Amino acid sequence: MIKVEGLTRAYGSFLAVDDISFECKPGTVTGFLGPNGAGKTTTMRVMVGLTPPTRGEVTIGGLHYRDIPNPGRHVGVLLDASAQHAGRTGREVLEIGARTMGLESARIEEMLELVSLDPREAKRRVRNYSLGMRQRLGIAHALLGDPSVLILDEPANGLDPAGIRWMRGLLQGYAERGGTVLLSSHLLHEVEQIADEMILIGNGRIVARGTREELLLGATGGVATTLVTSLDNHALSQALTERGLVAHPAGGGLRVTAEPVEVGRVAADRQIVLTDLRAGNEGGLEDLFLELTADTQREGHPQTTMTSEVSA
Amino acid sequence: MTTAMNVPPTIDVTGTARIPFARLFRVELRKSADTRAGRWLIGVTAGLSLLAEVIFLIVAANHTPQDVPAKFGDFVAVSAFISSVLLPVLGIMLVTSEWSQRTAMTTFALEPKRMRIILAKMLAGTALTLFVVVFALFVGLVCNALLGVLRTGGADWTFGWSGFFGFLITQTLAMLGGFALACLLLNTPAAIVVFFAYKWVLPVLFFWGSSLMNWFDRLSPWLNFQAAQGPLYEMPLSGKEWGQLLVSGFVWLVVPLAIGLWRIRRAEVK
Repeated sequence: MIKVEGLTRAYGSFLAVDDISFECKPGTVTGFLGPNGAGKTTTMRVMVGLTPPTRGEVTIGGLHYRDIPNPGRHVGVLLDASAQHAGRTGREVLEIGARTMGLESARIEEMLELVSLDPREAKRRVRNYSLGMRQRLGIAHALLGDPSVLILDEPANGLDPAGIRWMRGLLQGYAERGGTVLLSSHLLHEVEQIADEMILIGNGRIVARGTREELLLGATGGVATTLVTSLDNHALSQALTERGLVAHPAGGGLRVTAEPVEVGRVAADRQIVLTDLRAGNEGGLEDLFLELTADTQREGHPQTTMTSEVSA
Repeated sequence: MTTAMNVPPTIDVTGTARIPFARLFRVELRKSADTRAGRWLIGVTAGLSLLAEVIFLIVAANHTPQDVPAKFGDFVAVSAFISSVLLPVLGIMLVTSEWSQRTAMTTFALEPKRMRIILAKMLAGTALTLFVVVFALFVGLVCNALLGVLRTGGADWTFGWSGFFGFLITQTLAMLGGFALACLLLNTPAAIVVFFAYKWVLPVLFFWGSSLMNWFDRLSPWLNFQAAQGPLYEMPLSGKEWGQLLVSGFVWLVVPLAIGLWRIRRAEVK
């Protein structure tokens, strides 16, 4: 639905976005992950025509954004929740959007209710809104025209944990009804539970992509690990080694290079009581995220980039 | 997720009309008055016009026989001075508030054809100018009628259509002058400062230049946009006066506006 092809955006000799391509499919949530300044926002701004690309293009449903008539009815956009006139009331912000798109004003009430802004809050000026309230207003604005595509830049920023959970439910429901969602974040945990697919970006380049499981497998080089704790770790370690499995002490238990089911089987055979058994790559995604993005930062070491970027 | 495979990755836009221009115009008009800043600016413009005309009425009602008696045209002139100061600010704010408040991101995401938005803003500014002009004429009319009652000899209604169109056109040009600079600079304080430098400092420079340099004296009528607008109050204009109005208007209005529009069309909206 959203198709990014060979997109590059240069500022002088600095490449904010460097030849990236990806697609977002209908019925899915795509998470766009990367540290601040990685190029997420620039990519999203190019999508909606606010920043002209240097090379490459983005199409939404086969069309360039500027060729979509009344685009608010097809693509919901939230790029910066703080970019609203401080002197307008929350309701007035939606009123302007609804009038521009040609919507009934009943739609405004619906959206206010959906994002839980009560009538009293809606009458307050945006100046007096917390960041979380601005995000809710921004999400209401993005959904106003009942679009089939949502492009949200850091929508969870400023939301409290309950707000993040609410947004997760909202976006998953939206995707289940066939909508396409692209949302960005610099925080892994905000995205990993919502996104069907994740795209990791660092220094303007895509460094990894795939489903959560695919990324995890990639993180450990395709090998599963298991964390296990038992009443007799020493005996378990020996038993595992006898089966040809590699086990190392980790915290109060062991880290084993194997699927949890294999470790469980060994313990059952030897009648060792397990107190904890789980897949050990939970932290792997976080590690992977930091590692991949740190790698791109190391690549950005002054001595190497100076020459490579000038020649490029 | 299974449904995802069956949905073709296109959006159906056949049922969606593009946003009618009249709607963009109404929204821009609404945006000019839906904040305190906007309402105050329009209110102060109208309020100061009213105040100035009332003061002028009091002065005129107490005139001594030697003074030239006030006429309707004088009331309009008082009001024109006030609105020629504030209407440009209105023209500026229509454009720059989108940048200072960063709402341009939302505005241009909802209508990516940016020139349509700018045109809608320009027409909204013209509509507000018309409102201020009609208001000022109405207050002038009431004041002049009051003066007629207060004074022996009745009111002097010397004004005429030429005065009306002169008033309307000069006020619209004043608003558009601010608007053009705003498009060029995209920054409220800068546009306001430059506008008033142009309005008050430039005529002085023109005067000096003309008195010091002979060649400049011949050239300046073709560059001095404000002086060239003077004859608009006394229609019809001669061919030369039209020429000076068009040439100086091109320099001070069309050129900054053209560069400004080119800039907005290409600008990265942050």
